[in-house]
Amino acid sequence: MSQIPTPKALSQKVVVPERIADAEQVRSVRTPLRLEYDYIPGKAAQEYLVAFGDKKILGHRSPVDGAVFVPPRGVDPRHGVATADYVELPSHGHIGSFCVTEVPIPGRDDLELPYISAWIFLDGADIGFIGLVGECAPEDCRIGMRVEAVWQDEIGQTAENIRWWKPTGEPDVPFEEAGGRGFPSRLAARQASGE
Amino acid sequence: MREVAVVASAMVQQEALVSDTEVEFMVPVISAVKEQTGMGSQDFGFVCSGSSDFLAGQAFSFVQTLDAVGAVPPISESHVEMDGAWALYEAWVKLQIGEVDTALVYSYGKTSPGSLRDVLATQLDPYYVTPLWPDSLSLAALGARIGLESGAFTAQEMAEVVSRNLSHAKSNELAVRSGDMTPEEILSTPETVPPLRDLDCAPETDGGVAVVLAAESAAKNLCDRPAWIKGFDHRIDAQNIGARDLTRAPSAAIAAQHAGISGGKALVSGQPEKLDFVELYAPYSYQEIILLQEMGLSEAAQNSLVVNPSGGTLAGHTMMGSGLMRIAEAAQRISRGEGDRAAAHATSGPLLQQNMVCVLEGE
Repeated sequence: MSQIPTPKALSQKVVVPERIADAEQVRSVRTPLRLEYDYIPGKAAQEYLVAFGDKKILGHRSPVDGAVFVPPRGVDPRHGVATADYVELPSHGHIGSFCVTEVPIPGRDDLELPYISAWIFLDGADIGFIGLVGECAPEDCRIGMRVEAVWQDEIGQTAENIRWWKPTGEPDVPFEEAGGRGFPSRLAARQASGE
Repeated sequence: MREVAVVASAMVQQEALVSDTEVEFMVPVISAVKEQTGMGSQDFGFVCSGSSDFLAGQAFSFVQTLDAVGAVPPISESHVEMDGAWALYEAWVKLQIGEVDTALVYSYGKTSPGSLRDVLATQLDPYYVTPLWPDSLSLAALGARIGLESGAFTAQEMAEVVSRNLSHAKSNELAVRSGDMTPEEILSTPETVPPLRDLDCAPETDGGVAVVLAAESAAKNLCDRPAWIKGFDHRIDAQNIGARDLTRAPSAAIAAQHAGISGGKALVSGQPEKLDFVELYAPYSYQEIILLQEMGLSEAAQNSLVVNPSGGTLAGHTMMGSGLMRIAEAAQRISRGEGDRAAAHATSGPLLQQNMVCVLEGE
């Protein structure tokens, strides 16, 4: 295979005009930039976080077809339609997909390696949201495994309230029905039952 | 050239939309233009938006706002980190190519969580200028000072601009600043960033705007009186502020000329026709004087040409939205039959660096 030549601009060779040949070369400029924002999460996120402070998980029900989105964002993103109908969801569900990570997260020294992050599909919700899986060896984790929330000792109005999700030992959700794959059949079943 | 028109538009603008995220306040705006046209998310041939991550304080913030459109199944979409007027230009080019017949264009800015005057310092030269953090008000004051001392305009003329815009803004429900003030009353207020007074500077607002563009027969089907785009051009001046004469805006002059504005009139199919009104994006009063001169409209403005019937940005300034709002304001007036021909202007960058001119006409 022939070698691709390095582009001239990346050759690191700086050509300096003769008259300033003796000047020290500037290879980088540091421009510190700090901007501060007073961030307000918005209507849907505020409702969610206030309820989350009472160990309640809220979702939004779509006015189009009843699909339930968690956490709520005030909109059904499939149709661009506002959502305002809150649904309280249980703190148990199943794993839609997961990933085992061997690399530490800066600032999270408390996380033992390897750790498992997963898309958690709550019972009654049509999309998943992210969480850690604990009390479970990586080799035992699987798509469709049923889990429940393990809450932090101290609860606040923050996304960090759930320490992790632990296996319940109940029978798995079949692979074909787990996660996003099960979206159409779950929705159809709930619509049929009039929920 | 294909005949392309603005067929629907909607806006929101308030001093601060504190309790809504960008997506929460854009859903009703985008839904409004869907209702006006009877179109759904999947009916638009193209979607283009304008916004800034530096205002939102997060990366790829525009992707979240796309939730307000409805992108399932996937849609043809693009985004510019500029005022929505430039998103409209991109969509207009797409329609000119003939790939699509309709486009949804929107833009928004929520400046209340941060400090806009500091955020705008980050658009300057990162080596020599941004590290000194010249805020936008101070830069505008530099421009105003040069203009006043060189005689390019007077404080009285600036006060007259403020007085007229605030008076026009009384009938604009999106205005956050309006009222009856004589130039003398305005001149009696303190110079907060000398030589600029508070009223010389556009008040910051949060807001958003959505516009539907359509070509030829599609436009006629979607709107009783489409606002046809008869000329459209944008130009850019040097980025180095020190290299520019701040009493001038050559890019505005060239953009106006290429959009078909000549001798205070609009050239439509080669014929000079009377302009009924012009909407200018001038965030500082003195910049309106510069823009009218560069666009060759100063004399017409003394006669029948109405400048900023909405009150312009001195009545409310939504960063990333105000340019597209000028086009929407002009188009709405034409569609309502309040005039036959208008020019809408948008600016971007520091001190009128980039200028866009759009000539609109109703049949």
